[in-house]
Amino acid sequence: MTIELSHFNAALLFALCASVVFGITQRNAARDMLRYGAYCFCMFIGGVIVAAWVMWAIKH
Amino acid sequence: MANPQSSAALPRNSKAAQQTNSMTMIAPIAAWLLPGLGHIIQRRYVRGLLLMASIFTMFFVGLGMQGKVYSFNTGDLLDILGFVGDVGTGLLYIAARAMDWGIGNIHRAVADYGTKYIVVAGLLNVIAIVDAHHIAIGKKP
Repeated sequence: MTIELSHFNAALLFALCASVVFGITQRNAARDMLRYGAYCFCMFIGGVIVAAWVMWAIKH
Repeated sequence: MANPQSSAALPRNSKAAQQTNSMTMIAPIAAWLLPGLGHIIQRRYVRGLLLMASIFTMFFVGLGMQGKVYSFNTGDLLDILGFVGDVGTGLLYIAARAMDWGIGNIHRAVADYGTKYIVVAGLLNVIAIVDAHHIAIGKKP
């Protein structure tokens, strides 16, 4: 079976899975885990979007 | 005079301490063999299942994208590090090697993402192993 993911979808899935693990392992309380996981997810996706715009600016 | 309450509590405490001691060994090994199992055997079911789902998803999506599973090697440094990362997935890695999965496809750009997914799944499991150990020694609730 072959999975076809676009670059952005691959980044989304990566961010989701990594954020879940970071959230659970880096905080002690359930509420803090949720908040830290959401923060990591936003930072991952924000980083992807910023990097994409930087690459676009370099090209143009 | 001896306190009957404390003398009764002593065997119970030593039994609990023994269980804690054995769990400090068992939990990391279980967590390495099957991602999330180290949390599940310590009754952190939701955390364990979420870790399991995340790491399994990364590993199998990586394989689905035709990523490469590294074998033991003494060649290029990046290949050695790739092997070290992959081994973190425990039984998943052993199964992939036994079933000859993860040959890798150099003709597809997405396959390289798959390779990274598999390595990162192993590295995330290493973090989960350390977390399971911290729970076992009482450092984390």
